[in-house]
Amino acid sequence: MLLKKGAEANLYLEDWHGNKVIMKQRPPKKYRVPKLDEEIRFYRTIHESQNIHKAKEAGVPTPTVFMVDIAKTTIIMEFVEGKQVKQILNDLPSEDRKRLCNHIGELIGQLHNHGIIHSDLTTSNMILTPQNKIVFVDFGLSERSKELEVRGVDLHLMKRALQSTHYKHVRECFDAVMDGYTRVVGDDVASEVLKKIHEIERRGRYVSERK
Amino acid sequence: MLKRRSAVSYCLGIESTADDFSVGIASFDGKILTNVISAYVPEKGGIHPREAARHHAEVAGKVLAEAFQRAKVKLQDIHIIAFSQGPGLGPCLRTGATAARALASYLRVPLVGVNHCVAHIEIGKLVAEARDPVTLYVSGGNTIVSAFEAERYRVFGETLDIAVGNCLDVFARKAGLHQEKGMPLGAMVEELASRGQTLIPLPYTVKGMDLSFSGLLTAAVQLLHDEKHSVEDVCFSLQEVAFSMLTEVTERALAHTEKSEILLTGGVAANKRLQSMLKSVAEEHKARFCVVPKQYALDNGAMIAWTGILAYQHHVTLPIEKSFVKLKWRLDEVPIPWGGG
Repeated sequence: MLLKKGAEANLYLEDWHGNKVIMKQRPPKKYRVPKLDEEIRFYRTIHESQNIHKAKEAGVPTPTVFMVDIAKTTIIMEFVEGKQVKQILNDLPSEDRKRLCNHIGELIGQLHNHGIIHSDLTTSNMILTPQNKIVFVDFGLSERSKELEVRGVDLHLMKRALQSTHYKHVRECFDAVMDGYTRVVGDDVASEVLKKIHEIERRGRYVSERK
Repeated sequence: MLKRRSAVSYCLGIESTADDFSVGIASFDGKILTNVISAYVPEKGGIHPREAARHHAEVAGKVLAEAFQRAKVKLQDIHIIAFSQGPGLGPCLRTGATAARALASYLRVPLVGVNHCVAHIEIGKLVAEARDPVTLYVSGGNTIVSAFEAERYRVFGETLDIAVGNCLDVFARKAGLHQEKGMPLGAMVEELASRGQTLIPLPYTVKGMDLSFSGLLTAAVQLLHDEKHSVEDVCFSLQEVAFSMLTEVTERALAHTEKSEILLTGGVAANKRLQSMLKSVAEEHKARFCVVPKQYALDNGAMIAWTGILAYQHHVTLPIEKSFVKLKWRLDEVPIPWGGG
């Protein structure tokens, strides 16, 4: 059953040997030339399954990967019950929202400590389970790096996601994320990363600060 | 809600954010009467802000006169003066702003400061008949994926470093191409790319819905130096990678916002390959694909005039003493009281 037709992958809810699973399939994109299209889809299928596993080593909950079929650019993984953080964040009481964002920040810190960059940190890629666990999904754009720049961009994306979808609570949420992040990576690294985020924001067409 | 002082009201818009000085005149009922564009073409290299501003100051009188002549509108028929207040290059913006202030105070009519990026979207909606699109705005200075949500044009994705048009222009100059009047560098790259066949691997950088083009540019220029591949193949590969990135983030924004239109605008919008990619995505999502015609996709005064009208109708005007230019005025800082739909 087609659960979601995303921009780059289709998610199907299937039964797989008695397990409720998500089959994530990356179909060919007609707009790309075939060679580039295949490269991107293969690369992402491999990196996604690898980094979902690496994230677990970092202590970050992710779905269990059951099977990877590179040729069919398909991953079969555990179906995670719960709600996207995107759906619930705006309606939470302020204290709960801060606590949730704080925890998200801790998890991002754990990923970064283990050299994993998610590269698509949005609240739709985080699922809150009925057991109050946050599960990170969609590692399609993820990469391995410990560079400050890449970490900064990762968190910058988180901020941007908050700005576009949770614009009423941006400051509150992002501050909480950074608090949690700081607790995990330490003050020194956190302040370097924060500096980098400001630099990234100032670099492009981002703020009117520089006059 | 149209407010008319006489039978028909007009707005004169001045655009001068970068290398173009342009004057457009629009009527309150959405007709573009004229759109005169004078482009500054550097002898070599990219845009020098001061040189471009000098060009603008030189041609301002002539362009204004031509606009009035073509529109068959008299000075006293103008009810508002709009100008691009930012974002853009300081000296260029200030030249346009000075002309706008002078006109507004001479005619004793309200002055409206328009955000250049908002204007690109609004003129696109007007002339390409889009209602509530996901907009991909690609030019020499900007690369933005945006859609209207809660009183603003929210930025869903944008470049983390250089604009895609800048990437193509710099590459073209490194490849020894020279800009000519009526033949932008991007068009030359497009022409060469159409004869390329072999895809050479180049860095493809998408982060969330943001993009990066600087690494791609460096790698493509390196391929030129290596001299192992034909320039046609390098152009082909550069375009394929850059445009696939743009199309991917546009598709993500479309899926995310669940809107049903894609609007393509900006100087790079003229590229047929980019158009065909976005059209393919639109079809897949059963969305309409709208591309802004070239004269309104490039920087132009008509878009400033039309957006000035929308702003004025919603009581947004700017006292002359507060009409400073805003070099880094973000698209999503601007409240849009006239709504998205």
